[in-house]
Amino acid sequence: MARIAYHKIERQDRLYGGLLVLNAAVILAGLGAAFVMEHHGHIVTGMNNQIVWGLPHVFAVFLIVAASGALNMASLSTVFGRAEYKPFARLSGLLAMALLVGGLSVLVLDLGRPDRLIVAMTTYNFKSIFAWNIFLYVGFLAVVAAYLFAMMDRVVARSPDTGKVIGWTAFVWRLVLTTGTGSIFGWLVAREAYDAAIMAPLFIAASLLYGLAFTVLVLATVDRLESRNLVTDAMAGRFRGLLAIFALAVLYFTALHHLTNLYASEHHGILRFLLLDGGVYPALFWVGQIMIGSVVPLAILAAPRYGRSRSAIVITSVLFLIGGLAQMYVIIIGGQAYPLNLFPGMEVTSSFFDGQVARYTASLPEFLLGLSGLSIAILLTAVAFRVLPFLPSQIRD
Amino acid sequence: MSCGSKGDKACGSGHGCACKTSARADDFDASRRAFLRGSAATAITTLAVGVTLYSFSAAPAAARAPGDKVNPKTRWGLLIDASKCGDGCNACVTACQTENGWGDTGHPETDAQWIRKLTVRNPKNGASFSLPMMCQHCADAPCVDVCPTGASFKRADGIVLVDKHTCIGCRYCMMACPYKARSFVHEPVTDQKPHAPRGKGTVESCTLCVHRVDEGRLPACVEACSDTAGGAMLFGDLNDPTSEISKRVATYRTMRIRADLGTNPGVYYRNI
Repeated sequence: MARIAYHKIERQDRLYGGLLVLNAAVILAGLGAAFVMEHHGHIVTGMNNQIVWGLPHVFAVFLIVAASGALNMASLSTVFGRAEYKPFARLSGLLAMALLVGGLSVLVLDLGRPDRLIVAMTTYNFKSIFAWNIFLYVGFLAVVAAYLFAMMDRVVARSPDTGKVIGWTAFVWRLVLTTGTGSIFGWLVAREAYDAAIMAPLFIAASLLYGLAFTVLVLATVDRLESRNLVTDAMAGRFRGLLAIFALAVLYFTALHHLTNLYASEHHGILRFLLLDGGVYPALFWVGQIMIGSVVPLAILAAPRYGRSRSAIVITSVLFLIGGLAQMYVIIIGGQAYPLNLFPGMEVTSSFFDGQVARYTASLPEFLLGLSGLSIAILLTAVAFRVLPFLPSQIRD
Repeated sequence: MSCGSKGDKACGSGHGCACKTSARADDFDASRRAFLRGSAATAITTLAVGVTLYSFSAAPAAARAPGDKVNPKTRWGLLIDASKCGDGCNACVTACQTENGWGDTGHPETDAQWIRKLTVRNPKNGASFSLPMMCQHCADAPCVDVCPTGASFKRADGIVLVDKHTCIGCRYCMMACPYKARSFVHEPVTDQKPHAPRGKGTVESCTLCVHRVDEGRLPACVEACSDTAGGAMLFGDLNDPTSEISKRVATYRTMRIRADLGTNPGVYYRNI
């Protein structure tokens, strides 16, 4: 295969500058929101003692899951030997790191005591999947950084074995990482919406989809910024196939999860709540995740001619990400809103809202903090594009 | 050797001695005084021991000196008789609030509740009962398992606590607790009790009044329930077969809430 040329973004473009300013502003707003939350306490958020994880966690988990999937291009080229994806491998590693940093920032800034981050980094309970995830996240950043070095350093890049070893390590690491993220919920025995091993493969499938959707949108933005054609017709066709397969995989695991609940009488309550009579949650599930985030984009991709077009994969990527946010919202907030089952078969009431569906309305600080995670990822990526040659100069079909 | 001397074991001083040796009257008086003193001392000692035993009969154990290790052979627990728990009674909750300094701030959805009263109703026939719900001090506590920093921990005597110095406020323990026993401190707290430190941004829950237990006293809820309510709560060492709680748990049919989850709670309930 011909040698791939890479480049940095050089042009002083109004669009590029606007992108930086806009995301910097959102990040500042997010930091301000975190300060308000830290100063006044979480009383300024919509979170309470019933919904303990709110909108910041939706964004954080969404970004962390997407981070693992953003490595798709690198894994496809190094691990599966698909050379056509190699030009995007550097970008893929960078995006993976940026998304993870964005997600982790939100997670850390939402802590009740973010000033104790050093405690979290130095005091561990190894029975906690959360503690393991700290290693998995930090390790992922280190492994992908090494992966990028192996791809970009002139000397190391000449050794295919080195790249292969680091590529495989990163591939296994990302699968373990997303397993760990899914298991944050899957290993919770207390709540009926979770407590299911399928959460891990569901999150892995979701990561493949979100990560690729982010990659497509970044490439489309670069094409717009630099008037290039990185998403060629052939690449659009490949992305189309991958997006469709990943979306179907998410649907498969989602359906299996709910069908399992349908089969077990003890889970009928939570199933009805999430899919039928839970108010905003069934609406977000059916309209957000299923219609906007699955059926419509899959239908677009299935269209014989338009489905292969550049605009089709860009639009569907946006829709898949909207669906992904809805999916995370239903899993994280909906799963908590359903009351704990202290006395199965009985009605329970108390001054602590036992037996009641928990109310939750996200506040502005939460939204800004969550959104700032996305902006951190975008800003880091945009700045890195200017500093180092992550982007292929040309794609030959 | 004269009668009443120390070496006269057969005679013994001043105990109605029938010794026929002549004795002076003052010797007799001295002997009588000694007898009276001895009797009084014996009576006082006996009475004091009795009173002492009686006064400690409701307490679980002797006080633990600061620095002494917690006894790992002990497992503190509660037995709650729902049939004695009044539907409208809130004595245990009020006592806990007073003891530990938490309460109503006008924000019911974010206010901490270390202990709460549950009303449980059978929808089929309307039968209902009431009971207090607090941290169940599980032997295999999910909150302890999931805590990333180990801030949620179980003391050697079974009391589950939160180390306020290492809690980062991630709330994963609240996600993991099957009993909704934990609260997150959503706003700054004032007027804290020295024995029950609280902190904005950290998680808290029932400590089983560990500060009182270490002093050999009963948890505030148990004491209040005994003093002013139905006496529905019994505190004691579940590992000591001679303790009242162990005897009752062994005698009566009891249950633990969501025992199916295998968390091995330290709080038992009767008549539910």
